[in-house]
Amino acid sequence: MPTTALRVVEREARVFRRLWRGTVFSAFVTPVLFLAALGLGLGGLVDEGGGLVAGLPYLVFVTPGLLAATAMQTAAGDALWPVMLGTKWARTFHAMVATPLRPSDVYTGLMAWTALRITLSATVFLIVGAALGGVPSAWGVLAVPAAVLCGTAFFAPLAAYSATQHTEVSFPLIMRLGVMPLFLFSGTFFPVEQLPGWARPVALASPLWHGVELARSATTGTFDGSGAVGHVLVLVAVLTLGWYAGTRTWARRLAG
Amino acid sequence: MAGAPEALVEARSLTKHFGRHVAVDGIDFRVERGEAFGFLGPNGAGKSSTMRMIGCVSPLTGGELRVLGMDPSRDGPRIRARLGVVPQEDTLDTELTVSDNLAIYGRYFGLSRAVIRERTEELLEFAKLTERRHDRVDPLSGGMKRRLTIARALINRPEALLLDEPTTGLDPQARHLLWDRLYRLKQEGVTLVLTTHYMEEAEQLCDRLVIMDRGRIAAEGSPRELIARHATREVVELRFPSAGDLQAALPRLAGVAERVEPLADRVLAYTGDGDATVATIAGNGVHPASVLVRRGTLEDVFLVLTGRTLED
Ligand SMILES: Nc1ncnc2c1ncn2[C@@H]1O[C@H](COP(=O)(O)OP(=O)(O)OP(=O)(O)O)[C@@H](O)[C@H]1O
Ligand SMILES: [Mg+2]
Repeated sequence: MPTTALRVVEREARVFRRLWRGTVFSAFVTPVLFLAALGLGLGGLVDEGGGLVAGLPYLVFVTPGLLAATAMQTAAGDALWPVMLGTKWARTFHAMVATPLRPSDVYTGLMAWTALRITLSATVFLIVGAALGGVPSAWGVLAVPAAVLCGTAFFAPLAAYSATQHTEVSFPLIMRLGVMPLFLFSGTFFPVEQLPGWARPVALASPLWHGVELARSATTGTFDGSGAVGHVLVLVAVLTLGWYAGTRTWARRLAG
Repeated sequence: MAGAPEALVEARSLTKHFGRHVAVDGIDFRVERGEAFGFLGPNGAGKSSTMRMIGCVSPLTGGELRVLGMDPSRDGPRIRARLGVVPQEDTLDTELTVSDNLAIYGRYFGLSRAVIRERTEELLEFAKLTERRHDRVDPLSGGMKRRLTIARALINRPEALLLDEPTTGLDPQARHLLWDRLYRLKQEGVTLVLTTHYMEEAEQLCDRLVIMDRGRIAAEGSPRELIARHATREVVELRFPSAGDLQAALPRLAGVAERVEPLADRVLAYTGDGDATVATIAGNGVHPASVLVRRGTLEDVFLVLTGRTLED
């Protein structure tokens, strides 16, 4: 990454230093509450019924699911409204490109910052998950990069899109009709095999499913070579295509 | 190398289109080092479009542009590293404090933290914002925000400062304070390139300026040259009780001055000697509601060149 993009990371870190208290809850506490409620509460019920979910205790099943889904949510949040703030409402990004920074630096820097935050929150989440018994394998540390890859695979195309927008009207729709259904149905809380036949291919096409599967292979220590490679390839492909589009939409938006 | 000193900005047939709309229509100009150069023109003249091309954020549609001897399309980041930009709309970082705005901007230029600390003190002083350094940007007044934007643009010690309507929307006191600051910069040798639609601002600050209208340059020169060339030393302003009276008086005003320009609400008579013209008008039996003799201004130059006033 060019050092010019790192300056954007630095700017985000400076804002974060002032405002981190306000984001602690959504970044760290909420996912852990979810984990406790679903993994322990709901998981208790499931396991009492004697059923394993996809061959796993429910807590073990849901921990990587929540990890990847939360990464997606963080990335989507970062890629929508903050982009409107920087391009239109406060025009902060226009100030950046009047310096040696280029539009691609702003875009890449913001993505790097999102990746950094996901690294932080995923690590905390994973430690809590492990303490509760949701991470049986030491390979679980690899779930952090899996979550980061999953998050950036969402950030890249979404931020590429939001840079083309002049109002935020579509953003709540993207969250409700795109991000939320993916959050629920990408093999996060139950296996995609439970979905009706027509919905399965949709879930399998979602980058989140690949992220969840990748994280789950890590936390359970069950890499089956080609499967994991396939998930990585899909996520890298989405990330690359998104980034390719983003460098162009951001250049156009900030050139005026 | 010998030859003419290199211009800070040099534009030939500079053109900018937005879709089919022509915002800048093939303009030529040169900004020399150390001067204060202005673009004076009404809304939509193409001033901001020109400034954004000079600032290397907006690509040209046509023509040639050299800034600091370099090509904006190839050397954008290197050029921008040596410019300071004050855009028409504030782009301050509303999520940061006053001093953090300066600091992070310094980081965009790759300055070290020690250098930034030292310059932040100076610039807060310069912008009269030392007391507000820990405040957020949002609650600052318009004048304070403008001063902070200028201070921010100076963090990299730029060779040229690009100011797009630096004082629009400010009250007269805030405006004079800003002019004072800009004047100080000029004394220190910073090249100023500014746009304005206040002729007073252009007269106060600019060594040389171009008058811009509908994407073209209508005239170029120092404020005094422009007034001498296109207007006259003095102008007599005649107001009439009604538009009918104004129309009725026009035949008898023909030839009383070098040039007679009827507007909606008044008639302007361009003359070298206002008092003599007033006497001639009275001699012709014209009795306006009010008569005012004033010096010719850039506003008159604009009117003569375009047939419209700057406010239109
Ligand atoms: N990004 C853009 N997209 C489309 N049209 C634009 C864009 N920017 C400027 N224009 C058009 O180009 C013309 C010149 O605009 P510009 O902003 O350069 O004028 P200006 O002289 O700065 O005016 P003002 O005094 O109002 O700031 C206007 O007609 C404007 O509508
Ligand atoms: Mg403008």
